[in-house]
Amino acid sequence: MKKLSARRRHPLAAVVVLLLALAATGGLYAVFAPASKAQADETAQSLAIDEGQKLYAVGCASCHGTGGQGTSDGPSLVGVGAAAVDFQVGTGRMPAQQPGAQIPKKKVIYSQAEIDQLAAYIASLGAGPSIPTKSQVSPEGADIAKGGELFRTNCAQCHNFTGKGGALTHGKFAPSLEGVDPKHIYEAMQTGPQNMPSFPDTTLSSKNKQDIIAYLDAVNGDDTENPGGLELGGLGPVSEGLFGWIFGLGTLVAVAVWVAARTAKAKKS
Amino acid sequence: MSSQEIPEENVPAERATDEHGRAVAVADETNPFADPGLPPHEHRVQDIDERAAKRSERMVAMLFTLSMLATVAFIASYVAIPNDKSIFVFPIGHINALNFALGLTLGVALFSIGAGAVHWARTLMSDMEIADERHPIEAEPEVKAKVLADFKQGAKESALGRRKLIRNTMFGALALFPLSGVMLLRDLGPLPGTKLRHTLWSKGKLLVNVNTNEPLRPADVAVGSLTFAMPEGLEEHDEDFQKEIAKSALMIVRLQPDNIKDKQELEWSYNGIVAYSKICTHVGCPISLYEQQTHHALCPCHQSTFDLSDGARVIFGPAGHPLPQLRIGVNDEGYLEALGDFEVPVGPAFWERG
Amino acid sequence: MSTTTTSDSRSREKAPAGERVADWADGRLGIYSLAKANMRKIFPDHWSFMLGEVCLYSFIIIILTGVYLTLFFHPSMNEVQYNGSYVPLQGQLMSEAFNSTMHISFDVRGGLLIRQIHHWAALVFLAGMFVHMMRVFFTGAFRKPREVNWVFGFLLFVLGMFTGFTGYSLPDDLLSGTGVRFMEGAILSVPIVGTYLSFFLFGGEFPGGDFVARFYSVHILLLPGIMLGLVVGHLILVFYHKHTQFAGPGKTNNNVVGMPLLPVYMAKAGGFFFLVFGVVAAISAVAQINPIWAIGPYRPDQVSTGAQPDWYMGFSEGLIRVMPGWEVNLWGHTLVLGVFIPLVIFPLVLVAIAVYPFLESWVTGDKREHHILDRPRNVPTRTAFGAAWISWYFVLLVGGGNDIWATHFHLSINSITWFVRIAFFIVPVLVFIATKRICLGLQRRDRDKVLHGRESGIIKRLPHGEFIEVHEPLSQDGLHTLTAHEQYMPAEIGPMVDENGVERKVPGTQRLRAKFSKGFYGEGNQIPKPTVEEYKEITSGHGHH
Repeated sequence: MKKLSARRRHPLAAVVVLLLALAATGGLYAVFAPASKAQADETAQSLAIDEGQKLYAVGCASCHGTGGQGTSDGPSLVGVGAAAVDFQVGTGRMPAQQPGAQIPKKKVIYSQAEIDQLAAYIASLGAGPSIPTKSQVSPEGADIAKGGELFRTNCAQCHNFTGKGGALTHGKFAPSLEGVDPKHIYEAMQTGPQNMPSFPDTTLSSKNKQDIIAYLDAVNGDDTENPGGLELGGLGPVSEGLFGWIFGLGTLVAVAVWVAARTAKAKKS
Repeated sequence: MSSQEIPEENVPAERATDEHGRAVAVADETNPFADPGLPPHEHRVQDIDERAAKRSERMVAMLFTLSMLATVAFIASYVAIPNDKSIFVFPIGHINALNFALGLTLGVALFSIGAGAVHWARTLMSDMEIADERHPIEAEPEVKAKVLADFKQGAKESALGRRKLIRNTMFGALALFPLSGVMLLRDLGPLPGTKLRHTLWSKGKLLVNVNTNEPLRPADVAVGSLTFAMPEGLEEHDEDFQKEIAKSALMIVRLQPDNIKDKQELEWSYNGIVAYSKICTHVGCPISLYEQQTHHALCPCHQSTFDLSDGARVIFGPAGHPLPQLRIGVNDEGYLEALGDFEVPVGPAFWERG
Repeated sequence: MSTTTTSDSRSREKAPAGERVADWADGRLGIYSLAKANMRKIFPDHWSFMLGEVCLYSFIIIILTGVYLTLFFHPSMNEVQYNGSYVPLQGQLMSEAFNSTMHISFDVRGGLLIRQIHHWAALVFLAGMFVHMMRVFFTGAFRKPREVNWVFGFLLFVLGMFTGFTGYSLPDDLLSGTGVRFMEGAILSVPIVGTYLSFFLFGGEFPGGDFVARFYSVHILLLPGIMLGLVVGHLILVFYHKHTQFAGPGKTNNNVVGMPLLPVYMAKAGGFFFLVFGVVAAISAVAQINPIWAIGPYRPDQVSTGAQPDWYMGFSEGLIRVMPGWEVNLWGHTLVLGVFIPLVIFPLVLVAIAVYPFLESWVTGDKREHHILDRPRNVPTRTAFGAAWISWYFVLLVGGGNDIWATHFHLSINSITWFVRIAFFIVPVLVFIATKRICLGLQRRDRDKVLHGRESGIIKRLPHGEFIEVHEPLSQDGLHTLTAHEQYMPAEIGPMVDENGVERKVPGTQRLRAKFSKGFYGEGNQIPKPTVEEYKEITSGHGHH
């Protein structure tokens, strides 16, 4: 004890205390948090629902209510469907870290199996859109040009011409669609997460959605060609103007300085 | 310029003394700030060392040669690279190979000519600074007097001042003839009339979903969803499609009826389905950034924000009046239909709008 | 008589070919007299004097590439179906203007490069003009005899903006179409005649089928024609006035010191054209601009977020975004102040800087020619005004890009808008005050340098233990350069009451002028430069340290 108190003014003492505190919190979290190991899910649907309910009770109920009926901190989940859960939890938006203008995507903390269990539980609360199948979200065979037209009519107003994202009111924003799993794009259109309106199959058919996904894959995919060179964020005139000033005029001024500078005199060299 | 030309009182007084000379003034006891004159010329390395000059010469020649090579490379790329070839260039990304090759070779070809010429000028041409005299821009008084006299003579000979009738009719003719030019502009366009007050919407026109080109049914439109509609009968390849869609584009959302605060909005809606003009009342951008939780619609161009649950009232930004609402209902076959045209003009405000 | 002709003709036969051609031309065009005055014309060397050349050369580049583009561009709004090689648009309906721009970008070899050079050069042209104008402003190069050339330059900047805007609108893409729609809304807001103007411009209701063809003739003929004339006039005046220069040893108001046009400036200026073209071409090889294929064809019911004009129109975009939505409805008519006020302020922002030279010459009452440039610090009020204007302009630019700032700095778009609304009034004032203080501080430093020498950084300990920093006296070059500027005295209007106690009539303009003059040159608005007496007192006495 004496030893300990003698060292409490050591420069590293604060660090040690901090580490201990972090370890303690982490440990507690590990005890209370849902087990990260996926349970083997070979069992029937009801089992998945049961498991989902357990996960829900730990991770979601504090905001969405014990039966998914919603509280002042979170909306009701009755009838949102499996697609909504797959999107919200699968992109890391849920569980939310903190309330704010908008809940951003972050690291996913549930495994896909757990997400499926949660989705099954929520779907059991009330009928809603289900998770799309692989073929529904595949760009194969879709009409890219039609997708472009649909994108410009329905999506570009918030997400920019090719899905680079944009601003909404009071700090909210439409996120960039770059690198987003086509499945999640589909689910977002179908369910309308947070402030995004939904585009249900009745007004934007499944084929339409597939076209949009194909269009995004063509213009904002990993292999998308920008024929002219640097894309400059794909943001249009603001970034082009900045580039023109900094690299265009900037380079030319540097060149002008060289042209007009006095040549080194013999004395100096 | 002599100082007597300066009638004003607030030009500096002490100026005349140190401003007189293009001649080299020697600094002396009386004025340590005087102009010491052009500093003596100092030689560059190239001026005294022939080897350095040779190096410069080779450098310039190398730059010019580089330019020639780059032009050859430009032609070679033009011929050899297919127009649609894509290459990956770090860190730029996937780009068009031909554009990249042509641009760089052209850039190098031109830049090298410039760099060669400038290097030549900087290192091999004389760098002796030369002073050239300036002369006042104003003419000498004699010149001015001569010009004025000539002008007077000419004016007198023309008799313009004396024969007032000629002068006045000439000015009249010159003033009037441009009017014919103005008249000719009349046919640039038709007169506005009441065109801005009407759209294609009329009683019984179905609301057609622009995505599917199918008429909408109330059940299609879910709460929280966003749909765009145009009047039945308008096709994308119609000649005046652009003109008509610019006025009649609709934005359709569905709210819970008890969330609708405005009485008229509720009356003009159908089971919570409301149809608003998609054209912003500020300067006409298609406004459609709909936030389904707040029921606000934001314009992406100038950020006018409208509350769609409260008669599309403007709650932020530069728009001056609410979005016009279209009164809708359901026809016998269960499709959504318009119950008339917009009651107020859509789009930006104008003088005759009232 | 016969002997002279024969000797003449003999010498002509012997003359080298080049001379004979020159003789031929001289006999018809008088080129020798022209060359006499100009061949060895002197140009001073300073990097900032080349900014105008950046503009001139980018203008030439724009004309060259623009002519090439007209060979392929179809200024028509007829609807066609796209069948070119860009897959994501195949089968789309679009105007012929958009279609031909797609054709230039994807199916004409090198077409994309020329398009990008054209557009990048336009951005550089406008940026160059902006900076060039600021250089002229801050160094006082606009003073007599160059006021007319200042106005020419200003007109070039304004016309350049509109040429740029009409060119940006030609491809009829979704981005520029949105800009044209904004323009229509702005025209509609003009009281009484707005609707008519709009119908005449668009040949009926927006968008109609005419505006691309009309903008085309304005973009390639009308405006560039006027600009070309102004550029030629601008250059003739530069030659005629001879270039300004900074103060320094041997440089006076009556001479111009530098290098001759032939050969040095021919090589430097000629070379600089190629340097500018080379840099713009290289930029066009590596950086994409206005990718209309990603933007898509214009449809009045479609839009994208991030809808902005090119940077030079950005300040007008800022004005329109931050303006509150005022609208007055009276007697069956609508006054759209929310759009019309920005439309009126837009030219006023530009005119504010354009008229300053005339205000200054009225305040100083100085009728002399000025060929020696001011250092910005030596004219604090002008410098502060210029800085305030730039800050005003940039506040509006921020407003014009408020959505981009919001997403990239995680801010609320509403807060940015409110910031710009307040900053529009506050920031220029703050910048004015701060700049003036900085200028005065720099003037004090110059004064100290002249009187006490340069701080050498060497610390010396005196015998009695005191530490001092050794100051090195300036060379005479330095002394001259730092004291060469002139300082105006504030204009006085004299007592308002004459010796008999009768009130003197002083015109209001004179009183205003005196007030301005005091604000420009009165006490506390400039630091008196050191006099010879002060200098001598300090250097001769014990003042050394």
